[in-house]
Amino acid sequence: MITLLEDIIVKTVCRILVPLMQLFGLYVIAHGHGSPGGGFQGGCILAASFILLLVAFDLAEAKKRLSEKLNNFLNSFGVFIYAWTGWMCLLLGGNFLDYGKLSKILPVDSVKARYFGVFSIEVGVGITVMAVMVSLFIDLITGGKHEEESEK
Amino acid sequence: MISDQFPALIIVFPLIIAFWINIVGWWWKKPCFYMSVSALTVSFISSIGILNTVITNGTIHYRLGGWEPPWGIEYVVDHLNAFLLVIVSFIGLLVGIYSKRDIEKEMPQKIPQFYSVYTLLVMGLLGMTITGDAFNLYVLLEIVSLASYALIAMGEDGAPLASFNYVIMGTIGACFYLLGVGYLYIVTGSLNMADLSELLPKLYHSKAVLVAFAFFLIGIGIKMAFFPLHVWLPDAYTHAPSSVSAFVAGTMTKVGAYVLMRVLFTIFRPYFSIELIPATTVLGWTAVAAMMYGCVLAIAQHDLKRMLCYILIAEVGYIVLGISMANRMGLTGAILHIMNDALMMACLFSVAGAIMYKFGNRDITNFRQQQLNKKMPFTMAAFTITALSVVGIPPTCGFFSKWYLIIGAIDARQWVFAIALILSSLLSAVVFFKVIEKIYFKPREPVHPHNEVTHEEVVMDEAPMSMLIPMYIMVGGILILGILSGQIISTVIQFAVPASF
Amino acid sequence: MIEYIIAKYNYWIYIVLMMIGFYAMIGKTNLVKKLLGMNVFQWAIILFYVSTGSKKGGATIPIVMGAHGHYEPAQAIQFLNPLPHCLMLTAIVVGVSTTGVALALVIMIYRRYHTLEEDEILELLETSRK
Repeated sequence: MITLLEDIIVKTVCRILVPLMQLFGLYVIAHGHGSPGGGFQGGCILAASFILLLVAFDLAEAKKRLSEKLNNFLNSFGVFIYAWTGWMCLLLGGNFLDYGKLSKILPVDSVKARYFGVFSIEVGVGITVMAVMVSLFIDLITGGKHEEESEK
Repeated sequence: MISDQFPALIIVFPLIIAFWINIVGWWWKKPCFYMSVSALTVSFISSIGILNTVITNGTIHYRLGGWEPPWGIEYVVDHLNAFLLVIVSFIGLLVGIYSKRDIEKEMPQKIPQFYSVYTLLVMGLLGMTITGDAFNLYVLLEIVSLASYALIAMGEDGAPLASFNYVIMGTIGACFYLLGVGYLYIVTGSLNMADLSELLPKLYHSKAVLVAFAFFLIGIGIKMAFFPLHVWLPDAYTHAPSSVSAFVAGTMTKVGAYVLMRVLFTIFRPYFSIELIPATTVLGWTAVAAMMYGCVLAIAQHDLKRMLCYILIAEVGYIVLGISMANRMGLTGAILHIMNDALMMACLFSVAGAIMYKFGNRDITNFRQQQLNKKMPFTMAAFTITALSVVGIPPTCGFFSKWYLIIGAIDARQWVFAIALILSSLLSAVVFFKVIEKIYFKPREPVHPHNEVTHEEVVMDEAPMSMLIPMYIMVGGILILGILSGQIISTVIQFAVPASF
Repeated sequence: MIEYIIAKYNYWIYIVLMMIGFYAMIGKTNLVKKLLGMNVFQWAIILFYVSTGSKKGGATIPIVMGAHGHYEPAQAIQFLNPLPHCLMLTAIVVGVSTTGVALALVIMIYRRYHTLEEDEILELLETSRK
């Protein structure tokens, strides 16, 4: 399966690139509502940074950075952020996902509250997409047998 | 008011609980079942609340995010929707309770994954029923499809290949639906169903609208397993786990038929679907072929579940025949048959699952040796009552829906449809009595005057209570809803039929 | 006739792509080739949708340049329609998820039957059933 690559150039370039990719991914998530970008695109870039780590180094190295338990938790955590935002709008008196009502708890007016609502949704989507992409990749390359791979 | 928010609650609650099951299941396996059943109970109560509101107040318009349609996504609940919501959530809850012992035996290490995906599947079907936006329906259709691909692949030996074939065909169906929505968007600029039905009548002469209609029919036909697009169904539903078969057989095809009704009568006005292009005539004749094909091929099967899959194809033929007759009686029969068929198919597949749980195989030729009438008398009684309902014997509900369909066929002066309905009832009688004979009747033994035939004591080895109780609630529903058919029609279905009929 | 083809050349390209994907889904027996055909089919539909958002006459991407702090209404006719792009984002996610599920199924099938040709798998199923 994935074995340790003994090439110094790949490892060094990967070390430089991965933090920059993650920074760019976060930038894309944050600017989603006004310029090209958004939750899904940013989440894919974040996931690509982890997959680059996986390809350049070993599976065990990547697991030290993002363990399987944390990955499984992040899968659902993004959806919870999304649902929690919608639920807050419901409890504050509007319909589901009616971000204007968020102005009652945030110190902004109703129009700006919509901006913050969409932003929190994008963050939730980005986290879930990143976790799902990484877990898809790991599941497919190990053929589902993570536990045996991580013991080697 | 919490009752104003039921349309959102019915979708959001199972969604959140499905992901909670995913997290909690990492540590403890026991709570997963209880969380799933509680989410489905909340959905069921919300759906009854929605039906109540619709009967007293009329159509509900729920705007997600507070945006006005056609800019925002809107959930529109009228009588047809509310009726189907109650059916889907009811069967989801019952099969969820049924699945406890079954999943513990079939796949004990995958319990959290099963319940998480099952709750998502029920949520997706409820969302497909409640939405009033064409593209939102595509998204929820894909949620349903992905969840069912995963659930079907968890089954027995031939399941992954059957699920792969289902993936290929299901993707074609969903992509054709997407193309249809795309054409309508290019031509009108709107995605909301009510808005489309106002903008389209001026454009009925354009070719793009005609092609969009064709794409819709084929895409929905693949999802609904309408003959000749049904090829994925027998393999997929036979090899799936028992609870999964019981749920999807009862609901997915019916929600597909509901989407067909929305496309034919809400998005495109009845004038277009019936007079301008003879879509309903084509659908009617294909439905006759589906009924005949399903019943005839069901006679030839050994495996109980495969036989029931072919009966399901015939039942979809009944519903589409009712839709295509395009008069009040036919549509009433079709909508009533949606409810009856959901209960009947879920009950029949539950019986097949109970037999599989106890004996490990479902071959009909073994039924006599296994002495099922002595070992599982309650299960076999449920099977017999449901079989009588499929054939159409009063006072079970199957009789009333077939009655309305036949009257609708006579009203429309389509004698061939009426004869086809009666003929397929006779064929399904042959199918079911073949099985009932193997269960209950023995061939006459030759008389031995010398030695006594020793009768061994056959101990009753019935299916567990958590599997029997949902089955009996469904059987009770079949009997009670049959007797109450008149009331159901006058309260709900009468308003569910589109107003111009 | 030639003008008819040249004027709508984007639709013709996407139809050709769709049919290639469709043929691969149906005509090939290897499971991975069917999966690739499904991918090509879905991506062709997504490209078709996105291309319907463009307009003639030099429509550009819907970003107003250098307008930070000023509020002037933008002319919709100068910018291309961003709504198909958003709809297709959902369709891309759906395509990726379906590909993921189908690949997981292919791995399960390979582990069980050690072959990926559909006719060989059907033969193995027939012999195991008898």
